[in-house]
Amino acid sequence: MTTTPERTRVQPPPSAVETVTLASERDRRPGRVPRWVLKTISPIALIVLWQVLSSVGVLDTDTLASPVTVAETAAGMWQDGSLQSAVLTSVLRVLAGLAFGIVAAVVLATLAGLFRRGEDIIDAPMQMLRTVPVIGLIPLLIIWFGIGETPKIVLVGLAVTFPLYINLYSGIRNTDSTLIEASETLGLGWFGQVRHVILPSAMPQFLTGLRYALGTAWLALVFGETINATSGIGYEMNKAREFFATDVIIVCLVLYAILGLVADMIVRGLERGLLSWRPAFSGQ
Amino acid sequence: MATGVQRTVSDQRTVDAVSVRGLTRRFGDRAVISDLDLDIEPGQFVALLGASGCGKSTLLRILADLDKDVSGEVTVARRRAVGFQAPRLMPWKKVWHNVVLGLPGKPDRDRAVAALTEVGLAHRVDVWPKVLSGGEAQRAALARALVREPDLLLLDEPFSALDALTRITARGLVDELWQRHGCAVLLVTHDVEEALALADRVLVMQDGRIGYDAPVDLDRPRDVTDPEFQRLRAELLARLGVH
Repeated sequence: MTTTPERTRVQPPPSAVETVTLASERDRRPGRVPRWVLKTISPIALIVLWQVLSSVGVLDTDTLASPVTVAETAAGMWQDGSLQSAVLTSVLRVLAGLAFGIVAAVVLATLAGLFRRGEDIIDAPMQMLRTVPVIGLIPLLIIWFGIGETPKIVLVGLAVTFPLYINLYSGIRNTDSTLIEASETLGLGWFGQVRHVILPSAMPQFLTGLRYALGTAWLALVFGETINATSGIGYEMNKAREFFATDVIIVCLVLYAILGLVADMIVRGLERGLLSWRPAFSGQ
Repeated sequence: MATGVQRTVSDQRTVDAVSVRGLTRRFGDRAVISDLDLDIEPGQFVALLGASGCGKSTLLRILADLDKDVSGEVTVARRRAVGFQAPRLMPWKKVWHNVVLGLPGKPDRDRAVAALTEVGLAHRVDVWPKVLSGGEAQRAALARALVREPDLLLLDEPFSALDALTRITARGLVDELWQRHGCAVLLVTHDVEEALALADRVLVMQDGRIGYDAPVDLDRPRDVTDPEFQRLRAELLARLGVH
């Protein structure tokens, strides 16, 4: 007589399962330090450290003015109006250069992007010229345009044109061909395709180019204004150099930083408004 | 290359929705379509089957006027619309705007809403295409095609990217819309059951031409368990080289 051996089921002890907690009440627990506080702690700490070093005399005023002195200087410049007029002059220069640069880049990139002939004529020289450092053109610009407003605006314009051109051109060329085909079956003509398919599809990259271009615009302006200028933020900075007025120099640097930030915020606002259709990853 | 192309567009509904004579399309030395003839009557639902790479999508693209490098005589309805495998909605236009894109005149929202309601998307009128599910996007594409009131609707494997359940619903919707609109349909598919569930007539493409052409005389709605359905299914599978 044979007996079948009794089957035993092996059951792992419950403790054998290793678990991770993916969500719990702890995450929502109040009393955690908000992120904006965490983000502001380190800049504030740096400024405090700077002030302390200045007060105890490690940093002397000729090397670097203390934060308090800088704030007082800024207040003084505001009261006598020199701060506002410098900012206004610089902003107007950037806006004028930007306007010229955007128009030039949009016209050139659209022609090169939409037409094979345009690409042949425009793209090769643009790719060559973009490798020339714009700042290196300053001597030529002074010879051509003198030392007035024109060379500064041209410099900013040139600095803006290249990044914008490259991004808009590649945005146009990266348009999804299946969408162009679909629009063809919908009865859209060439103009309709450009307006409803190609340009909207190039918009994200155009805005990336714009953001980058604004950065280079300020950079070009700093150079343009420190050479042969009689007004503007860069001029104030250069003048301050002669008197070892580090406080004024810092005020000017902070102004450049603030203006750059404001420009970036404007473009990011544009992106939020114009690109809300995008199914893009927006970070964790 | 494209010598002897004659492409005429017909306006009258009495003429066939599609009329093709001696159509040839070469890719290099290889003729994907060679000397093909095809007529589709107005209002007829035709399914086009064929092994992968047999040229069935090429034929559809030619009829959609997306592939122009052909020789032969091709006449198609002037008013036609295309549904692709992917929805191909413009991501930067709201769903309703996508539906009426390309129609003459100002974008007519009411017309878009009516078309979207017909495909069951009345609640999705004002959203971006990115929030639509795969089935919803394909339905929006269908609304975009039908809002043009086509005499010929060309569908290129429109359900193949959908999951099995969504596919059944979408198939039912196409059946219903076709009966209401009465346009001729050419459905390119690799799914024999889908072809038999929807079409009046089934074509199989072989060696660059129509190798098999048979009517499907089954009552609608079609019943998969019907012996005649089964017989046709077996016959088509044999034709396609599946036993």
